[in-house]
Amino acid sequence: MMESHPAGPLHPGRPDRPVRPDEPPRVRGPARPAGPDRRLRVRLALNRTAKALFLLSTAFALSVLAVLIAQIAVQSRGWLDWPFLTGQLSLDPERAGILGAITGSLGLMLVMMPVSFALGVATAVYLEEYAGQGRLKSFIQTNISNLAGVPSVIFGLLGLTVFNRLLGLGSSILAGGLTLSLLVLPIVVVSSQEAIRAVPGFLREAAYAAGATKWQTVRRAVLPAAMPGILTGFILAVSRAIGETAPLVVLGVPVLLMPIPDSLFDDFTALPVQIYYWTLDAVLVKEYANLAAATIVVLLALLFLLNAAAILIRGKYQKRY
Amino acid sequence: MTMNGSANTRDLILRRFARDRRRGERLVPGLLFLAASVSVLTTAGIVLILLVDSLMFFRRVSVFAFFGGTELAPLAPEPKFGILPLLVGTLSTSLIAMAVAVPVGLTAAVYLNEYAPERVRGVLKPVLEALAGIPTIVYGFFAYSFVTPLLARLIPALEAKNALSPGIVMGFMIIPLVASLSGDAMSAVPSALREGALALGATRLEVTFRVVMPAALSGIIASFVLAVSRAVGETMIVAIAAGSNKTLTFDITGSMQTMTAYIVEFTSGDAASGTTGYYSLYAVGFTLFVFTLLMNMAARSLSRRFREAF
Repeated sequence: MMESHPAGPLHPGRPDRPVRPDEPPRVRGPARPAGPDRRLRVRLALNRTAKALFLLSTAFALSVLAVLIAQIAVQSRGWLDWPFLTGQLSLDPERAGILGAITGSLGLMLVMMPVSFALGVATAVYLEEYAGQGRLKSFIQTNISNLAGVPSVIFGLLGLTVFNRLLGLGSSILAGGLTLSLLVLPIVVVSSQEAIRAVPGFLREAAYAAGATKWQTVRRAVLPAAMPGILTGFILAVSRAIGETAPLVVLGVPVLLMPIPDSLFDDFTALPVQIYYWTLDAVLVKEYANLAAATIVVLLALLFLLNAAAILIRGKYQKRY
Repeated sequence: MTMNGSANTRDLILRRFARDRRRGERLVPGLLFLAASVSVLTTAGIVLILLVDSLMFFRRVSVFAFFGGTELAPLAPEPKFGILPLLVGTLSTSLIAMAVAVPVGLTAAVYLNEYAPERVRGVLKPVLEALAGIPTIVYGFFAYSFVTPLLARLIPALEAKNALSPGIVMGFMIIPLVASLSGDAMSAVPSALREGALALGATRLEVTFRVVMPAALSGIIASFVLAVSRAVGETMIVAIAAGSNKTLTFDITGSMQTMTAYIVEFTSGDAASGTTGYYSLYAVGFTLFVFTLLMNMAARSLSRRFREAF
């Protein structure tokens, strides 16, 4: 079609289009009306400028990440060594280690992982497979999205009141882990729901056709098919939880120099809490900022491992139906 | 054992099996419902404890003195509990954050959705989202030990703890939220609309501002509202870098305390249970909870309206 068009002021909107050999030469100069052409050039220039600006803005956002990581790398250099990873807390920055904080964070994971997984997946199964489409479902669903928007510091107040005071757990690993479980519960529920919803109907129908009951269908057909998606969302929720600071501080996780916890009922400190106190006290002892940076490296490494695991699971087991 | 006996045994086993199965079928929905009710109970629990302990607070301090009070001094010999300094602190840092996050996040979303080739987008988007995965405590450290000293070179009057630096860093933190949510809204605009405008000779820029954005407007606004709600509820960045100044001030180069930072400061100190100061935590927490809840509900209804449009 294009070829059959007669010559004219060719494609003003596409000045970049290569000229075909059979194309008549461009008419230049006064043959083209000046007004609309200039306006077009302005519009195109605006478009190019805007594109460059938008790219610049995206690059700026990404450079924040780069600067942040570079800054932390610089400040932690020379401080992140084996004695630091395996040592006890100490007021003396040269002797301080974070084994207690690492143990505390792992302990929190030990509590929050089974609790939030069991509750989250069960809730998702209930909502997707059992609840129907009635008012009860939309009530629970709305409730979960509201819960997801509650600031984490409020969950700290919940933990302080219920787990610390009412149940008498104090500021133990158990209390902290339970608080974090409730905090990430909405994330686990929603991502599990998405994974369950993505399971194709024919798997369910095949199970029913083979005589399976509803629960057998869910347990043997739906959940295994949804598991990679569930696990991916779950791991991301866990990595959100171990970076949380505010709920633990509000819960009453104590300041500095905690011994390494022996049981889930012991008081503890965790990586993010340690970063918080060292950053606050950097006013008093300058080297605490370096300790905080080194602890951040450990925390980010842990998060990176978790995210890599999530990506691996998604890539390896996710089936496309 | 006779044939008869073994058949009986098998029968027995099968019958018991069927019974167990029936019982399981009846039991499972109940157990699952129990799990689902935990999240409802959590919400109810949050509302309940905030309400009950706020009531304890308002028994000692009048509602007017709390919401209208310009002085906050919980530990003074004659304690004052006006929340206005905290509200001003919260709104200031959130506004600064939005001033960073909205322009950068929105233009990044436009670039990634409307301009970037598929391959570039596939690389940049996950990296941008990694920004959202960084714990807020890390941003707090970054604000205090990098951004504040950097800003202090530009603004000599800047104090070591100020509202400006954590506000800006909070903006960085929210960029991915604005970018991905408003990006989702833009990519939900049917491409037929875009192609129609392009075919009429519009440039990409004109398509973006005259076709895509108007069509995605309520989704984009929903992303802003959610961003504000995140900024208002954000804790660690302000707790570290904004300090704990409780006087009413609009000076963003100086220290300001937010609602969240107040809760953290007061609990990490010695919050003796039963004092008025202890209950003030819950009154502040309740205010914060209502704030964020309203904004989240507004964002949800906005994005629902947007979804109905297409």
